[in-house]
Amino acid sequence: MSGGVDSSVAALLLKEHGYNVVGAHMKLWDYAEVGADVYRDGRCCSLDAVNDCRAVCDAIDAPFYVLNLSRQFRREVIDNFVSEYKAGRTPNPCIRCNTNVKWQPFLQKAREIGCDFIATGHYARIELGDTGRNLICKGVDETRDQSYFLWGLTQDALSRTLMPLGGLHKSEVREIARRHGLKTSEKKESREICFVADDDYHRFLREWDAKHDVPARPGDIVEESGRVMGRHDGAAYYTIGQRHGLGISHPTPLYVLDIDAANNRVVVGDDASLYRDEMVVENVNWIATAPPSRLPRRSDTSVSSPRHDASKLVSRASRDDEKAESRAGLPETCRSDDFRHPGPTNTPHLEPDYPCHPERSRRQACSSRYARGSLEATVKIRYQHSPANARLTVLTDNSVRVTFDERQRAITPGQSAVFYDDDILLGGGVIK
Amino acid sequence: MEPIYLDHNATTPVDPAVVEAMLPFLSECYGNASSVHSFGRDAKVALERARETIAGVINCEPSELYFTSGGTESDNIAVLGTAYRYRNKKKHLVVGATEHHAVIEPAEHLHHNEGLALDFLPVDSDGFAAPDRLAELVTDQTALVSVMHGNNETGALQDIAALTAVTHERGVLFHTDAVQSIGKVAVDVKTLGVDLLSLTGHKIYGPKGTGALFIRQSVKIAPLFYGGAHEKKRRPGTENVAGAVGLAKALEIAEQRREPDFTRLSELADYFIDKVTAAIPDSFLNSPRTRRIPPTINFSFPGAEGESIILSLDLKGIAASSGSACTSGATEPSHVLTAMGIPPERGQAAVRFSMGRTTTREQMDYVLEILPPIIERLRAMSPTYRQSRA
Repeated sequence: MSGGVDSSVAALLLKEHGYNVVGAHMKLWDYAEVGADVYRDGRCCSLDAVNDCRAVCDAIDAPFYVLNLSRQFRREVIDNFVSEYKAGRTPNPCIRCNTNVKWQPFLQKAREIGCDFIATGHYARIELGDTGRNLICKGVDETRDQSYFLWGLTQDALSRTLMPLGGLHKSEVREIARRHGLKTSEKKESREICFVADDDYHRFLREWDAKHDVPARPGDIVEESGRVMGRHDGAAYYTIGQRHGLGISHPTPLYVLDIDAANNRVVVGDDASLYRDEMVVENVNWIATAPPSRLPRRSDTSVSSPRHDASKLVSRASRDDEKAESRAGLPETCRSDDFRHPGPTNTPHLEPDYPCHPERSRRQACSSRYARGSLEATVKIRYQHSPANARLTVLTDNSVRVTFDERQRAITPGQSAVFYDDDILLGGGVIK
Repeated sequence: MEPIYLDHNATTPVDPAVVEAMLPFLSECYGNASSVHSFGRDAKVALERARETIAGVINCEPSELYFTSGGTESDNIAVLGTAYRYRNKKKHLVVGATEHHAVIEPAEHLHHNEGLALDFLPVDSDGFAAPDRLAELVTDQTALVSVMHGNNETGALQDIAALTAVTHERGVLFHTDAVQSIGKVAVDVKTLGVDLLSLTGHKIYGPKGTGALFIRQSVKIAPLFYGGAHEKKRRPGTENVAGAVGLAKALEIAEQRREPDFTRLSELADYFIDKVTAAIPDSFLNSPRTRRIPPTINFSFPGAEGESIILSLDLKGIAASSGSACTSGATEPSHVLTAMGIPPERGQAAVRFSMGRTTTREQMDYVLEILPPIIERLRAMSPTYRQSRA
């Protein structure tokens, strides 16, 4: 629980559907460490956020714990954030947090205290594929879909995860919160990185360097030809596609094309130069299919996945009148106070059309589309990006070359690339 | 099933007799004890009666007892007040290595921000401090030595009389934090030989927000608060008469039942300790078997993280704690266990059970049913524990 409306409603829905819910807030960083305004309210990990979580748990009668994962977060997320920028890449800390903190030590802690699942307020769906693999699918609210952030999750992690909001629209979620009088119903969205309050990454990096006695390393800003255009105060403070903050006056707008960390140079050029049609993606994690080398190769590519029936999902979660009926059918096990030792097969025996039930529908996975070492997919190169048609050519089990049908703007090393087959997340990785 | 409370060292419920004793001072006898008129006088009489009762319990003069808001405040006045009073002549402090943060933090503040030298008196593997070590540390520059009577995490009881023998010889002041020990074992300031002593109400079935500080007749301290002549100007502020009355009643009740409670809880503790040791392999008792406040039982179960044990117990309706109540959420082992030389793998796996007046054998039997499977589950999930067993 972050203290926001999404995780609040997720907790509420699960409680209503008979799960034994335990609310947990991850304490991930210290104010002193990340240089923030102590009085800025609401932001995840602030005291206000903890109080909001506590209030919601009290309202739904669930235990509430604050789990201190700041050491792990510092190591896996903050240190990685800094080192990626220094290497000239633009990191995605939310994804690092999901992959290395939330679905690792946090999940571990949940299991240790006897929980079978962790649940989050992500707008995404977890379903079971026809091959028995757990699938991640986009949330039905396309403007809010957060599946992008989940590409790093393992099958084991997915088998222990519930995402009750995937079948809902944001407006419905707020309405549920309002109807139940949750204090977080009107809370503002937080879009920034949780540990950079003011969204000013450069301020954060500069202060981090100062705190760790790392001297500034000014260098040249150059055109692709090598002509020096200006000076920068640290290549790490720039990102691909950036236009402002270059300090260069030029008749036409200049954009950062590349960060040459080795030579401490920032390369700039015009907008057109930002467009590329190819990229290599590394550290690939396959979700919908097994890693390519283990797939049987087939020559036909004809099969398509059946449309998922979204209406059932929406009806369960948002209609109160059906609730009473649904509770009556609840088997005894999920009302008991006992937590069983979790395991992939040891899931509570719920009715199959509950929104969170992993057996609810079996999607046909796209393994049947795999042919001749390549795969068609739509690919996102950052969160705010419309998935673009591309062909993926498998290089190794963990790396893929992506060739877009149309050139894409500002493909940025370090950002995550996520591959989709319609609304099924195939896998993802880091742009080289 | 009703949740089982085994965290009496964190706090205790207020005895109904104490509540009853306090109520009139909230509604009928509400005067400001410093007021000249009849309302004030009535309140003042009750306050002084309470003072006498408490002084009787710890064997001091009523004029040596000062009411405060609790143990933390009393500790702060003792440490800071003494240090500030003598700062021109004495610039050294000695503090026990296993003290509560309410003693350590003021001492560290004095060290880092006021230029006083600070030494920690080490303890042995049972948590006991040795008089010889104290003798080595104390100098003619020492303003104060502070060593707690009973430890909140392990229950270890220091031999305060042996330690004060050392400080008396050298003319050095000695403070003891008796927050955990008061009402559970004999606390007599003359037998202990201390110059200052802190006590609180809420660990002994009295209300939270009440406490007292014993300051021996000739000892001078600088006040921390300014704003009135209350408590001989050593602790200004309108007196919490209801609180003082409650504190006195709680201590009076505790004294009456101290010996039978001690016997009953010692037996129950021994029962529990023996059963746990038999049921859970690789378990370590961190509390000393003797010279301990009996209801405090601190165990380590390597391979299971303290926080995970506590949360698992909580979800089963059993309230216990790991580390002191003030330091939850961190995976650092407590400074108390570390000072005892306990290695991190054991320190991180520590759980404290602290029993009380309402603790029954049935409750402890339930814990004995629930605890071993929790430890087993946690150990089975721990990659490092399995490795070391292999």
